[in-house]
Amino acid sequence: MLRLEKRPAPSRFWSASAPILAVVLTMIAGGILFAFLGKNPVEAIRTIFWDPIFGEFAFYYRGQLLVKAAPLILIAIGLSLGFRAGIWNIGAEGQYIMGAIFGAGAGLAFYPSDSFLIFPLMIVAGAFGGWIWAMIPAILKTRFGTNEILVSLMLVYVAEAILASMSSGLLRNPDGMGFPGSRNFKEFPAAHNDFIIEAAGIHWGVVFAFLAVISTYVLLSRHLLGFQIRLTGESPRAARFAGVNPSLLIVFCLGLSGALAGLAGLFEVSGPAGQISIDFNSGYGFTAIIVAFLGRLNPIGILLAGLLMALTYIGGEAAQGNLGLPAAAIQLLQGMLLFFLLAVDVLSNFRIRRTKNEVA
Amino acid sequence: MDTTLLAVENLTKAYPGVVANDSVSFTVRPGEVHALLGENGAGKSTLVKMIYGLVRPDSGVMRWNGQPYEPATPHAARRTGVAMVFQHFSLFEALSVAENVALGMEDPPKMGELSARILEVSDAYGLPLDPERLVGELSAGERQRVEIIRCLLQDPKLLIMDEPTSVLTPQEVEILFETLRKLSAEGTAILYISHKLEEIRSLCDGATILRLGKVVGTCDPREKTARELAELMVGQTLHTPSRESEALGDVALELNSLNLKSANPFGTSLKDVSLSVHAGEVVGIGGVAGNGQDELLAALSGEILAAPDAITLNRAAIGGLGPNQRRKLGLLTAPEERLGHAAAPDMSLTENAVLTGTIREGLTQNGFVKWGAARDFANSIIEAFDVRTPGPENAARSLSGGNLQKFVIGREVLQRPDVLVVNQPTWGVDASAAAAIRQSLLDLAAKGAAVICISQDLDELMEISDRFAALNEGRLTPPRPAKGLTVDEIGLMMGGAHDMEVSHVEA
Amino acid sequence: MDFSAINPLVLLASIMVASTPIVLAAIGELVVEKAGVLNLGVEGMMITGAVCGFVAAVLSGSPTVGFIAAAIGGALLSLLFGILTQFLQSNQVATGLALTLFGLGLSALVGQGYVGIKAPPTPDIHIPLLADIPVIGRIVFQHDLMVYFSIALIGVVWAVLKYSRIGLILRAVGENHDAAHALGYKVVRIRLLAIMFGGACAGLGGAYLSLIRVPQWTEGMTAGAGWIALAIVVFASWRPWRVLLGAYLFGGVTVLQLNLQAAGIAIPVEYLSMSPYLITILVLVIMSSNRNRAALGAPAALGRSFHASS
Repeated sequence: MLRLEKRPAPSRFWSASAPILAVVLTMIAGGILFAFLGKNPVEAIRTIFWDPIFGEFAFYYRGQLLVKAAPLILIAIGLSLGFRAGIWNIGAEGQYIMGAIFGAGAGLAFYPSDSFLIFPLMIVAGAFGGWIWAMIPAILKTRFGTNEILVSLMLVYVAEAILASMSSGLLRNPDGMGFPGSRNFKEFPAAHNDFIIEAAGIHWGVVFAFLAVISTYVLLSRHLLGFQIRLTGESPRAARFAGVNPSLLIVFCLGLSGALAGLAGLFEVSGPAGQISIDFNSGYGFTAIIVAFLGRLNPIGILLAGLLMALTYIGGEAAQGNLGLPAAAIQLLQGMLLFFLLAVDVLSNFRIRRTKNEVA
Repeated sequence: MDTTLLAVENLTKAYPGVVANDSVSFTVRPGEVHALLGENGAGKSTLVKMIYGLVRPDSGVMRWNGQPYEPATPHAARRTGVAMVFQHFSLFEALSVAENVALGMEDPPKMGELSARILEVSDAYGLPLDPERLVGELSAGERQRVEIIRCLLQDPKLLIMDEPTSVLTPQEVEILFETLRKLSAEGTAILYISHKLEEIRSLCDGATILRLGKVVGTCDPREKTARELAELMVGQTLHTPSRESEALGDVALELNSLNLKSANPFGTSLKDVSLSVHAGEVVGIGGVAGNGQDELLAALSGEILAAPDAITLNRAAIGGLGPNQRRKLGLLTAPEERLGHAAAPDMSLTENAVLTGTIREGLTQNGFVKWGAARDFANSIIEAFDVRTPGPENAARSLSGGNLQKFVIGREVLQRPDVLVVNQPTWGVDASAAAAIRQSLLDLAAKGAAVICISQDLDELMEISDRFAALNEGRLTPPRPAKGLTVDEIGLMMGGAHDMEVSHVEA
Repeated sequence: MDFSAINPLVLLASIMVASTPIVLAAIGELVVEKAGVLNLGVEGMMITGAVCGFVAAVLSGSPTVGFIAAAIGGALLSLLFGILTQFLQSNQVATGLALTLFGLGLSALVGQGYVGIKAPPTPDIHIPLLADIPVIGRIVFQHDLMVYFSIALIGVVWAVLKYSRIGLILRAVGENHDAAHALGYKVVRIRLLAIMFGGACAGLGGAYLSLIRVPQWTEGMTAGAGWIALAIVVFASWRPWRVLLGAYLFGGVTVLQLNLQAAGIAIPVEYLSMSPYLITILVLVIMSSNRNRAALGAPAALGRSFHASS
């Protein structure tokens, strides 16, 4: 019989290798799934994981990689801080939407000005929109002890309703002949999140994502606040004993993750998405949860995980086009990845041993 | 021998890295009160878990009335006639007494009938209990009664008791012993686990002494002195803490009618607690577990805030200050629970040094942690307190209880506190580490710090305290000089027998 | 605006129908949480149940087969959660989220070919005599079997938890798994069974949506119902009959806002459709602000993972 035995200290080897093992297992399980759908599994896996980087059209896809990865990384970085401290912000999707609405609204209010201040203003407004949306669960949790998981999640549905209302109401393009959806930012240069380096797919969101990765890395490894975040997650009682104020930490973690999600929303709506529309959000807020865990809540890990997840999006689209693989299969693949990761994670904290019959 | 109830022969159980029981043998006769004596970590718990069917031995056999006895589960053990009272109770706070009892029985009767039988048995043995009350509302002593009654209702042939007196006042211990003697007279064998030698000498007919998993002796404890038993148990002559003569300084810490509501719904609130502690003095605070010890420590550490002038440190009101502000002013604390409160289990010793050391050791600069300095601090604790570990990068949970406790106490002592408050400083710690910790507290006081030691180990308190006070239901007795206090006096300060004598009438 | 379009009788009757998916999912989750496990994957299990039930019903032509398939589908998915959290010691919050994300993907894939098809109809039962009582008969006694099943299930769960030995053991495991283990109870096995019961209930709830309430299959059709079921368990302080009350209150808000939308009230549609979620938040706040009571109802070992060390 197999038996788990707790390691005296977490295994460094396994906590670094587990994500890789999870990816490999996902590819195998994904291959089986694709075979069931009547596709050639090797070809499908290659289309998703290999071709976008090394294939014939890689020059196009490589640029896309950063475009897709940036919002995932931005959101996941924010979420990871809270997750480490045991603060579960599940509503990043809502904060992402609100950031986009606030940011886009701030820009569109000045249409058609060409002031160079507009874009910075939109960035501030986007971060603010996400922050204020995350402050609702934060304050309810600190004031009343309300469960932040449920509140932040309910607010996603509220944000979606507001988005629907905005895109057909307040922010609707006055020249759009009554169609829902705002003006397109491509026709509003001062507010457009254009590429800085187009071939590499670098826009301002990518820059912010990299900045977020670096500063979070420094925060967690060097700063007392980062230490307190880790301590709270490891052992809340020890954190209190160490003088950590749990309420402040909740406000900080939720606020920061909200602001980063809001930024991601703003960069997306003013760049790749182009306009506020009823379905401009593509579930990045939820996928970012996978990214955060896959990156082991570590900034560098999240950077890599974000790129990997972006790869599945891009490769998935290619597989959709070339092989007729359904979009849902990609979503399932992402879900599987998280499952496998959680499963192999056991190896970093436990040793598996064979034992004789063991009661207990 | 046909008078043997349980025979244990060459029982061995190994865990990775440690042999918990190495070829252990002993026998218990019907009606015998048999002691299992040994230090923490000697393997007593593993041994009784095997008898109770919770752990299966690697090798060796057990016989019950001469027949092979191999309990696969506690259910099987209970059906055979083995019952057990756990040291850390196996109770459910949100369930009623009757429900708790039912969970520990194999074929419980209907609830109404069970309640009636609980009342009946509790009356017969002088252990009053209300079957309808929630266990969370009961005191530690009452909770133990729940466990005992749960066992008694099954008419056990063998009753295992794991450190049962650690939650009782001396008076309550006497009442418990009466119950046990009565059971023994009725033919029930009792396997009594303890490290308290005087108790064993007064109660037990036979003893098996364990050290590091091996049987190192069997004896009739009534024929040995406590000193002889102790040396058998520890295997070496013990160093008794000593202290130099001291002159008391000014009042360092003062509690003025401290009232505090417990954060835990089943906790004990502090009521009107007053105390003043002088520099250079050790004040021992005794009391049965769950009478407000955790709350008192939290009030002093700053984890729960109080009215500002309810606590003064060197005449400054600090009741409203958080943990780090108090550390800055010189009040340091070490809570009872090592893993998860005093230290974060999965973090390294260096990180655990940062946990309380940032302020007084200057481990941060502009909010950034100076990891080099932190490592040096951790190393100096490891060195000064002889903490056995490969190095400061090791996780706290990889250390043994005694070593981690030395680290936790050392971390505070090395920060040169004006006042140090410790809760259960030697709980679950081996004798040599315990002696080292007590000595360090005495040395600290000799250097002019005020020390408050909250503990449930009366021997420890008598050994190191200048003055003694007791917590009872959240109230603190006025402190009295420790020298010359009798066990009876201490027991009365701790609340005497609580309701046990009175309730014969009530129930 | 035309309030006369709202028929109060139909409104009240439709509350029972609108609430049933949440009643089913919430009572399942209540049992899971009573065993000390927090499964945040209710949404994923519901939508999986919705698609399994729909596909099975369409293929077999029988809604009964559909409901059975939905219960099995939900239970199997929850088993995945059970294995991960109970054997592999994974974090319950993360695993529950993964279950939801996975379930959404899986259901979308399975349901691809079934968008736009109508489900085989489930007959309403007219309970003789009772159904003919004026007013009340129409509101209460003319529904499909699942409505009554869901209410009966609440009663059964209540009775089992309160009076039976297995209920007592379940509560004990959720209260203090170490003590339960020390007394010889199989913590992991009991929790796995509770998790699978929760999964089956969530599956049934999902199938009720796709087979009766809507009745069609669309991607993501649960639209947060699973999360609301989780909120209702908190609202109910882990008490079965209050789950029913909570679900009916929520169902009432949902139905009312749909009716107001249909009546063309001046409030924009978007604000009406967000109202159930806002009200859920409000209710959560009210419940949690009374911390002592909430703390007493919650199983003490909720969300903590158990690993037998001896």
